[in-house]
Amino acid sequence: MNIKVRYFASMRDRMGRAEDTVSIDGDTITVADLWKKAAGGQELPASTLIAVNMEYTDGAHAVKNGDEVAFFPPVTGG
Amino acid sequence: MAVQTHIKVIVQEEALDPCQATDDYQTSDVATGKYGGVVTFVGTMRDFNDGHQVSEMFLDYYPGMTERHIEKVCEEAAEKWEVMNILVIHRHGAIRPSDPIVLVAVWSAHRANAFDACRFVINYLKERAPFWKRETTPQGQRWVEHNTKDPAAEAAANNAVSIRRTA
Repeated sequence: MNIKVRYFASMRDRMGRAEDTVSIDGDTITVADLWKKAAGGQELPASTLIAVNMEYTDGAHAVKNGDEVAFFPPVTGG
Repeated sequence: MAVQTHIKVIVQEEALDPCQATDDYQTSDVATGKYGGVVTFVGTMRDFNDGHQVSEMFLDYYPGMTERHIEKVCEEAAEKWEVMNILVIHRHGAIRPSDPIVLVAVWSAHRANAFDACRFVINYLKERAPFWKRETTPQGQRWVEHNTKDPAAEAAANNAVSIRRTA
């Protein structure tokens, strides 16, 4: 299955790209494991926020085919 | 809620003319003769933050998620206070000092509800809406890591909490 992963603000700069499409064997993966695959072993910065399908969640969330996952730093408001 | 509240949220890169936008929306979307007032808040960009001169700001956002979360907080405001219309327009992209960044406009039959709903929505926007600021200072560009608190807004929020606690 394919998962779209998006990065915003300083996370986009850190990754050097705005998004990835990550191919996974099997039909589910946790967000934490997805991060490891996308980031090539880089640690997830402690303050990182996670959204799946545009709703906040955490690293234990099980992602399924077609989901959109986003990693970004704490929001600073408008 | 007693009245159906109409909510419109726009996040745009184009310059914002808050007076024109309020006027246009009022003409096209707000029921003529039913509102007793409109409360507007316009946020503009300062040229200083955390003791640094800021010559330009870049606002990043998450298209889709940002709008959805602002809509939700408008819906929350509409449940708390009887208001007719809420319009939010927020900029993203490159912003210069004195540029309007955000407009919150609330129409209601009576002023108190419009004031309270407007304050509620802008406080959310300033503190928790999914936006990220990158400032250009004499030292270079930097991502802002936390929002700047408005001391008066904080005091008002704390006061509201203690009022609810003692009520």
